[in-house]
Amino acid sequence: MALLEVRNLIKKFGSLVANNDVSFDVEEGAIVGLIGPNGAGKTTLFNCISGVYKPTSGKVFYEGTDITGWPPHKVARLGAVRTFQVVRPLIDMTVFDNILVGAFLKTSKLEVASEIAESCLKMCHLDDHRDKKAGSLTIGLKKRLELARAMATQPRLLMLDEVMAGLTGTELKEAVDVIKDIKSRGITLLVVEHIMEAIMPIADKVVVLDSGVKIAEGPPSEVVQDERVIAAYLGEKFSKRLREMKA
Amino acid sequence: MWYGVLLLIAVLPLIPGPLQSPFAQHVLVLTLLFACMSQAWNILGGYCGQVSFGHSVFFGIGAYGAGMAVVTYGLTPWPGAIIGALLAAIVSLIISYPCFRLKGHYFAIATFAIVEIFNRLFMVWYWVGGALGLDYPIIEEGWKNFMWFQTKTQYYYGAFGLFILIFSFVRWMEANKLGYYLKAVRDGQEAAEALGVNSTAVKLTAIAISAFLAALCGAFFVQYNLRVDPPMVMSLDMSMRFVLITILGGLGTFWGPLLGAAILIPLQEYSRAMWGGLGGGVDLIIFGILIVLIVTRQPKGVMGFINLLTTRFKATKGGDD
Repeated sequence: MALLEVRNLIKKFGSLVANNDVSFDVEEGAIVGLIGPNGAGKTTLFNCISGVYKPTSGKVFYEGTDITGWPPHKVARLGAVRTFQVVRPLIDMTVFDNILVGAFLKTSKLEVASEIAESCLKMCHLDDHRDKKAGSLTIGLKKRLELARAMATQPRLLMLDEVMAGLTGTELKEAVDVIKDIKSRGITLLVVEHIMEAIMPIADKVVVLDSGVKIAEGPPSEVVQDERVIAAYLGEKFSKRLREMKA
Repeated sequence: MWYGVLLLIAVLPLIPGPLQSPFAQHVLVLTLLFACMSQAWNILGGYCGQVSFGHSVFFGIGAYGAGMAVVTYGLTPWPGAIIGALLAAIVSLIISYPCFRLKGHYFAIATFAIVEIFNRLFMVWYWVGGALGLDYPIIEEGWKNFMWFQTKTQYYYGAFGLFILIFSFVRWMEANKLGYYLKAVRDGQEAAEALGVNSTAVKLTAIAISAFLAALCGAFFVQYNLRVDPPMVMSLDMSMRFVLITILGGLGTFWGPLLGAAILIPLQEYSRAMWGGLGGGVDLIIFGILIVLIVTRQPKGVMGFINLLTTRFKATKGGDD
């Protein structure tokens, strides 16, 4: 049994079908990449899994439990925690306090929560910004804060929505290292990403969406050769480059 | 800091000089009471970010609780105060359940209507005294009946007890999970939910505690005035005072309500005493001007100014770190 199972998920907004009959598994301990062109329905799918939206039909199972349509806080309590593509820092609270809110999910004691928050602060290299107001951070730092806060909840499944978008070269390398570090702690990752150079080398499996439909699923090396994926998203030149990068 | 302030408040009415006049003592009592009341409001409005104009209803329920215990049932005010506070918490949960579905300003607007509803209801409700209200009989003074006729010192220490209760609670809350969760819901409900915060439960907890404490303040208020009628307690005017004091002092800050009350209440009482003949609204005009000045300059109120000054002071003093 996979940790997360999405079955025949359909989400409609009026006549627009954002997700059409999407099914896939996220295996325990893996990094699963969710890719596709803009408007493919990646964030909508995320919202359906994490409870922000209620799917029109279809099911979502976490550890075999049917969590379809559960409110976000209940999904998070089970251990499936997400970040937001459009960052949502708690602007009037400090960086540390932001992370502390996440840490309070598993404990009610301030000392324990502070320890957890402290380690997440370090892990995401936010030490220097500890006491700054979250609203005053740059976008790159806010993305890191999203990650640190989600990590502080001590999730089993971490769902990252474009945490690497808009980062500089060095920041990107750091982010990739952080994600590898998270995986080494035994946390399963579902990652929406546009930056192929970052996600392809670390993903165990990739799910490709186009216009709301799943067009491919498999290891990155196979997916980059898939005709439909090349046509819909990667393009001929880029697919070649990725293949060479792998080799 | 906290213990220093407690000590200062404890000795304030004992200082000889102008503070010994009955009027000054009256101002001190009211200042403490409104600091308490505004702090109770601050739990929901400041920390949790749900601006309510309905708190005079909870304040009023507490006042009627104590009032009816004494006037209608001939008991001491204590059980009435507790029952009133519990009732206020229950009423707050009932009315906020539908209201919390409304976001931001709509919640605030809905609470306006609630004040009017309760005001009218109590005006025509014979059992609670209707428009005539409740007038206290003259009974034995002392802590048992929470009633004194000679001096205001005991009232002051009664208010001080309330102050310790409410401010200690908020101090504890600020350093605990509840405080962080309240602020998280204020700053971003969606983000908080994604981190496992049940925002509805958090808001309901906040309003129940806030209403409970507000009702205790109301019970004190009726014991102090020895009478109550609907316009005295359940009015938008009263609600507005809690809101304005907190905004002036600093929304969502620990010291804000005390600072706001220490500025506005003496101003209100002295301006009333001096210009009362002009028809009574002068204090409100001054309130209004102050609020406009503060809010346009510094949305965090007086506490915002103080924080700004201390950071500047630290920056110039310790430039090497």
